[in-house]
Amino acid sequence: MPTRRRALLVILLLALVGLASLVVALAAGSLPVSAADIGRALLGDTAEMAAEVVRELRLPRATAAFACGGLLALAGALMQVLLRNPLADPYVLGISGGAAVGALAAMLFGLPLLLVNGGAFAGALGATLLVFGLARGDGSWTQTRLLLTGVIVAAGCGAAVALILSIAPENQLRGMLFWLMGDLSHAVTPWPALAMLALGLMAALPFSRDLNLLARGDLTARALGVPVSRLRGGVYVLAALATAAAVTTTGSVGFVGLIVPHLVRLAIGNDQRVLLPAAALAGGALLTLADTLARTVVAPQQLPVGVLTALIGVPVFLYLLTRSPRGGAS
Amino acid sequence: MTALLSVRDLDVNIGAVRVSAGLGFDLAAGERLAILGRNGTGKTTLLTTLAGLREAEAGSIALCGESYAALGARRAAQLRGLLPQGHLDAFQSTVLETALIGRHPHLGRWHWEGKEDERIAREALAAVDLAGLGGREVHTLSGGERQRLAIAALLAQRPQLYLLDEPLAHLDLNHQIAVLELLSRRARGDGVGIVMVLHDINLALRHADRALLLFGEGRTLEGPVAEVLTAESLSRLYGHPLREMRDDGARYFVPA
Repeated sequence: MPTRRRALLVILLLALVGLASLVVALAAGSLPVSAADIGRALLGDTAEMAAEVVRELRLPRATAAFACGGLLALAGALMQVLLRNPLADPYVLGISGGAAVGALAAMLFGLPLLLVNGGAFAGALGATLLVFGLARGDGSWTQTRLLLTGVIVAAGCGAAVALILSIAPENQLRGMLFWLMGDLSHAVTPWPALAMLALGLMAALPFSRDLNLLARGDLTARALGVPVSRLRGGVYVLAALATAAAVTTTGSVGFVGLIVPHLVRLAIGNDQRVLLPAAALAGGALLTLADTLARTVVAPQQLPVGVLTALIGVPVFLYLLTRSPRGGAS
Repeated sequence: MTALLSVRDLDVNIGAVRVSAGLGFDLAAGERLAILGRNGTGKTTLLTTLAGLREAEAGSIALCGESYAALGARRAAQLRGLLPQGHLDAFQSTVLETALIGRHPHLGRWHWEGKEDERIAREALAAVDLAGLGGREVHTLSGGERQRLAIAALLAQRPQLYLLDEPLAHLDLNHQIAVLELLSRRARGDGVGIVMVLHDINLALRHADRALLLFGEGRTLEGPVAEVLTAESLSRLYGHPLREMRDDGARYFVPA
């Protein structure tokens, strides 16, 4: 049985892991910085080159990675409960497709970075509203209908993305491909994502026991006093906003939103009171480390971080699936 | 004294199908009501309506003298519990965690299940013969064990009114009797009210005080089992002739 003490312990442990991932991200790179220098640089009492690099380059990028990883894992965990499907991820309702269409269209017209991000956000919300509006139809939306509509809208967005890629001039293709694979080198500021992460956790945590019941079926949840339709609406909006904030900052980074909630669930069970904050911290740590690898492993060349998360994610996921302890005691 | 459940002029439809028209009855504390009817006559829909989870077309339902709207979802969940048909286990969960969901309406937003809740849940598991299985994964349970676990979650909820949709589904004979006797003890001892959808007439005869027959097209018959369950009414109910047998003063019905 999950107890509050065990939950706090798990969360504290993951918070330390998250902190460690940030320290690694600040230290690693073509200009290695010692832990002591990181401390001094953050306190801002030096003006050396190393301090500048840490403060101006690595810190915004590392915190953006942490926030986006956390957002994607949180959105994935919420979507899995909403759709009652452990294989759902934040993009399952076409959000990444919509964001990609918005961002790539902005790039195609040569708009500045700010408008590319704005296009991604607008596309993400547009796709979300479209899916929700279509799936609602007669007012009663079921999981299957929502999922199916999302898949179809995502396929439509995929076609639009392919169209943009095929008509885009040669010199824009690289930037577009990096955006599609998820890339943090253009993360301007981590603040919107960080704020959204804090807001998302604050909004979701008070309702996490209700979410536990929602996962067990609408009728069961309603009979136990959970306001199911309001809760589902809220979860949908929250997961969509979290995903939109993440893709706007980094492009569509795959696998974090699917793998992290899954891993955390295998480790500590499906109690949302622990799962949601734990997944956010673990997702943040994973994306921070993956991004650090992405910019150091073949330096000075940078890899899109989405390639790394997929390269790490796919084998881990397949491994988990084959040794899935469905019948095991826990 | 107000009735535990009081139903007046209740019209329930599913699309074009009429389940009840002008249905009215009272269930007092300690009484057990069996709902009988053919497949598709709306037994589950009626039960869901009685649970306040579905709007009736017309009429009123009062639980402990108050409408569901006046009670609110949380207070209603403290007073009445529903055993749905079929159980969703999309995610892993232990047997104890599943029994503990019954405690939800008794806990505040930031409260965690405490020692007392765990004791209540373990007691409920023991009552349905699942003691010692608390740490098992729900996926590993058999159909009958899973059904008993759902009943344990309902017991842990400690409602005044139990609404059970086919509580005997998947249960072997000894557990069918054990569950009905458990419910009867709760009715007699703790004064809870029981409304259950049953398919076995003879079990209804022995373990219910009242019966509600759904004939379809809105026609219903409600009353004490001795008056309502007759060869004539049951033959009409199931569209198949039934014969009444007597043995040692007890009545039995068998298909003719």
